[in-house]
Order: sequence, then C-alpha cells, then structure tokens
Amino acid sequence: MDITQSHSAPTPQALKIAKLQRVQDFLFHAVTQFFAVGVLIALMGILTSLVINAWPALHQFGPSFFFSQEWDVVNGEFGGLIAIYGTVVTSVIALLIAVPLSFGIAVFLTELCPGPLRRPLGTAVELLAAVPSIIYGMFGLFIFAPLFAEYIQPVLASTLGQIPGFGILFSGAFNGIGILCAGLILAMMILPFIASVMRDVFEIVPPVLKESAYGIGCTTWEVVKNVVLPYTKAGVIGGVMLGLGRALGETMAVTFVIGNAHRLSASLFSPGTSIASTLANEFGEAEAGNHLSSLFALGLALFIITFVVLACAKWMLNNMEKKQGLKT
Amino acid sequence: MKSFLKKALVISAISLAPTAFAVDMTGAGATFPYPIYAKWAEAFKAKTGSNLNYQSIGSSGGIKQIKAKTVDFGATDNPVKYEELEKDGMVQFPAIIGGVVPVINVDGVKPGEIKLDGPTLADIFQGVISDWGDKRIAIMNPGVKIPSGPITVVTRADGSGTTAIFTDYLAKTSTLFKDAVGSGANVKWPAASTVGGKGNEGVAANVTRVKNSVGYVEYAYAKKNKMTFISLKNKDGNFVAPDDLTFSAAAAGTDWSTIPGMGTFITNAPGAKSWPITGASFILLYKNPENKANAAEVIKFFDFAFKDGKKMAEELDYVPMPDKTTEFIRKNVFTKVVTK
Repeated sequence: MDITQSHSAPTPQALKIAKLQRVQDFLFHAVTQFFAVGVLIALMGILTSLVINAWPALHQFGPSFFFSQEWDVVNGEFGGLIAIYGTVVTSVIALLIAVPLSFGIAVFLTELCPGPLRRPLGTAVELLAAVPSIIYGMFGLFIFAPLFAEYIQPVLASTLGQIPGFGILFSGAFNGIGILCAGLILAMMILPFIASVMRDVFEIVPPVLKESAYGIGCTTWEVVKNVVLPYTKAGVIGGVMLGLGRALGETMAVTFVIGNAHRLSASLFSPGTSIASTLANEFGEAEAGNHLSSLFALGLALFIITFVVLACAKWMLNNMEKKQGLKT
Repeated sequence: MKSFLKKALVISAISLAPTAFAVDMTGAGATFPYPIYAKWAEAFKAKTGSNLNYQSIGSSGGIKQIKAKTVDFGATDNPVKYEELEKDGMVQFPAIIGGVVPVINVDGVKPGEIKLDGPTLADIFQGVISDWGDKRIAIMNPGVKIPSGPITVVTRADGSGTTAIFTDYLAKTSTLFKDAVGSGANVKWPAASTVGGKGNEGVAANVTRVKNSVGYVEYAYAKKNKMTFISLKNKDGNFVAPDDLTFSAAAAGTDWSTIPGMGTFITNAPGAKSWPITGASFILLYKNPENKANAAEVIKFFDFAFKDGKKMAEELDYVPMPDKTTEFIRKNVFTKVVTK
C-alpha cells in the first residue's frame, strides 16, 4: 500500500465524506442563523406592533403622555407618569436593598463560609430564585403587608419620618400595601438572582490571585475590594442588571401589594401603580380606543425603560474596559 | 373476534347516537355569574348532552368576543345600550340577579350594625368623609360605638361590572359623586387613601387585612369570607341588610319589559324591602347568528336554566329571574333570534 498516494489524491470515499460534511456545515449554519435572525424579527415585530397600537394615544396626547398624571377612564384622559414613576421607584428601592445584601451573601458564600455550610446555603439561595412570583405576591399581601403595617411602618415613621424634608417619604396612613411594600417584595424577589450570579462570578476568580493578596497581608475586605471585584465587575453588573430587568417587568407580585391606585404621592407608604400592574389590571376590560391604546403606550414606555437600562449597562461595561485598557 | 369487534362498534355507535346531535356552545364574559353558568351547564349536559364552554374573561371581554363573533353568546354585567344593540343586530336579556355589598373592617362593629344612606356612602368613597368618627356617620348610627380612625377605601383595580353597578348607585343617590366621579366599569376614585384590589377576591383580601377599610364586593364573596357588611337605606327609606330576599324584592320592583334592550341596573329600586345595589348579568345574542344550530341550543340552555335552574341559583346565593320576566324574555327576546 502506497501511503504518499493516499495523501495526494483523496479516495472517492473521502471526497464523499467531505462533500457530506460541507452540506452538513451549510445546513447547520443556515439553521442556527435562522434561529438567531428569528429573535431579531420577533423583537422588531413586538416593537412595531406596540408602536402601531400605541399610536392613537401618542398622537392624541403627544409626548406629554409620559409626563401627565391624569388617568381617567370615564373621561378618556390618559397619562403615564404615575405608572412610570411607580415602576422606576419600586425598582430603585428593590435595587438599593437587594444589591448590598446580595453582595454580602455572595462574599460570605465564596470567601468566608465554612465548607459544610457552603452547599446548603448556596442551594437555598438558588431555590429562592426558583419561587414563582405569584407566591411572593401572596406572601406579600397576606403575611408581609399586615406585619409591615403593624410593626415596621410605625417605626419608620417615628424615626426616618422625623427627618425634615426627607421625612415626607415615610408619612401617611399605615396600610401595609403601597410603593414601599412593593419595593421590599421586589427586593426579596431579585435578591437571590443577584446573589447567585455574584457568587458564581466570584468563584471564577483564580485562587492564585487571591492567595497572593492574602500573602502580602491583605484583609478579606481588601481582597474583595481590590482583587475579586475588579476581576468580576462585568459579571457583577450583569447580575445587577438581570435583577433590575426582573424588577422593572415584575407583574403579579407587584399587583398584589402596590395598592393599584392612580395617584402620585410623595410618601412611599401610599399606594401607587406600576406599568406592569396597570396592564395586568386593565387590559382585559379595556374598551377599544384611547384606553387600550394608552395601555399599549405604557407597554412601549416599559420597553423603552428596559432598553435604556440595558444600553446604560453595556455602555458602563465598555467604558470600564477602555479605562482598564489605558491603565495597563 | 372480528365480528365481536364489529358488534361492539355498532353497539357503541347506537349508544352514542343521541349525543351525536349535541352541540358545543361557547360563551364568554362576566366573571360574576360564572359559578351558576357552570352549574347550569353541568345539569344541561346531563340532560341533553350539549356542552357549554364558558370563559369568564370579564364583561368588556365578553362584549368584545361576541362582536368579533368568536363565541355563540356574550355575557356582561354592564348592559349594552339599546342603540348599540340595534346597530350590531343583537338582543340582550338578563339571566341572573345578584347584589353588590359594601363591606368594612372596623374593630368591634358587627355585620349590619352600621347604617348608611347613599349620599353618605358616596362621600366616604369620594374621601369627603375620611374618618369613621365623622359626625355624619354618628348621627345615622345612634347607640352604635364606632371607633374613629382614618378610612381606607378599597376599590376594584380592574375594570368591572361590579364597579359599574356600584358607581351607578352612588351616582344616582349623590349628585356630588355623579359630577366628580361619574359611573362606569373603571372610574377615577378621588379619595386620597384609595387602594385597588384585583377582582372580588382582591378587594375582599384587602378589606380583611387593612384596618378601618371599606370596600364593595359581590354578595357571594361577602358571605363566603364572613365579612362585615353595611345596612343601607333604600328608596322607601328603610334600612335593609343584603340577602336573597332583599335582592329579589328589588328585582320584583323592576319592570324589565318597558326598557328597550332590557339593559338596566336595579339600583335604588323602589320597594319596602329592596336592597338598593342590585344588578343583573346579561346575555348577548345575534338576531341573525352565523351558527344557527348553536344559537338555538343557547336559547334552549337559558330556557332550561329559567325553568329548572332556580334551585341551583339559590344554592349559590344568586337570585333567579322572576317568572314574569322570564316569560317576557321567552316571548319577546328568544323569538327575535333566527335559529333556522
């Protein structure tokens, strides 16, 4: 058998296999491309249908739709400010509470936790992330809100509520349900998401880096601040954004505890409404015309808010990478 | 073996024969009458084999679906105006009666103990009266100890036929409410402390959990959750408690036959024992339906419900339509639908 010959001239069998492989590759390429483009088409389709359906309301009320606090179904006057405010404020409250807590959880689990506790605690956090949102809503309305009204709100009002200027945020009747309650429930919901992402990214920090830092006498906090966080910031920001995305769009749990009132109030104790909860409440019964179109306009606003948040996150990440590039 | 199979097939075909003429009716709309429609449908299926698939998606949804001709009948608590019915070539008739009940959560107050009239209730829901210690409440309730406290108003967050009936009553008895809020399935509640709940369950849950609150729910929910209701002053000046007797008294005082399209709320109805916030749930049918066989079966279904479904309705705390009215519906509404 001549080995060199088989190198220079492939056998018909090898040719056949090569041809088959080329077809396979082509098909694979086409199919995966189709899937990926499908996502883009779906996105554009959603955006287009939102704009088309929201157009009558946007046309009638103009850009002031997004700044008007009128929501009067009987007289056909609509504005999105209250719902947009509710969405943004509840999400901000949720982030303010959930981010530091999840950071603490993740640091403890990766850096400080004794071995035998690590697995059960980590699993518990992941399980918390798997609880359906309706459960959080029911828990919020039936158990958390009454306790919140009875024990936490009076304390908040008599401490933080006494600070001049700032205190107005914690004034008003102790109903339990309201903007602050919705923010707290949201914090509880997004906390496991952020915590488990943070834990996962903290775990990929090469031990050599950390050990070197410890070796030159760093404290745990210094290691986390100067080694772990810089190494994982993309992942950390990704986790926070994931949580924020969930908080912005969360519907059921918020509907249960936000109070569903179309009223703008300075106090965080007072009931309000968010975009998602307004849609959930009113879509089924909305009459065709301004009401329905205004609901679509609210949906569009939520779409834009989410898009802006994601864009900001990307921009921040890019900026950081550039800065890092300049340093080294 | 083969002949045995054949025989089995023939036998099963024969035994299935009566149901071969059975039809699958579809309906959609109001959530309030869903339990009784479901119960009637079960009994009707046992009798005729025809199946009713009713989707309780809400009154506005029911109107949308029948207009889109995706269902055989639509159901709504908020009646469609006569002109609109005529324009779309539809007929409307009431099928079942229920009541809306104001419920409260005030410490130490027993069901029916607090008595109010329409204008006072309207002022509470508008936020004009914002404390249970208000003089106007005290004057109407001599001898009743009502602890004062800021009132939280609980309303429906979703558009609802229940809200339509309730606001219709408030607007009828209080011109202030009529001018400031108006009436409809979804109104702008002006009280500063308004909390919205989703569905009757949401309102019931909020009222039970928020102290010093007042809300409104369908009677069945108030009864099921053992909630504290308010006694109301009716048109004849008597204070009445909500139950099937006062609902039927209100229905008896209403002459449906004089109203074009039969579309009316039974709010503030005359009669010594009438509960003032009573309402019917309506059915919408096309005069000239596309699927005539199904429309015929829908009529048969409601005919059956009017005749044999009264006891089932009472068991579920609904009030069946008075005989006088069902006779009128049979003669004047069912006959308008072309079924052949």
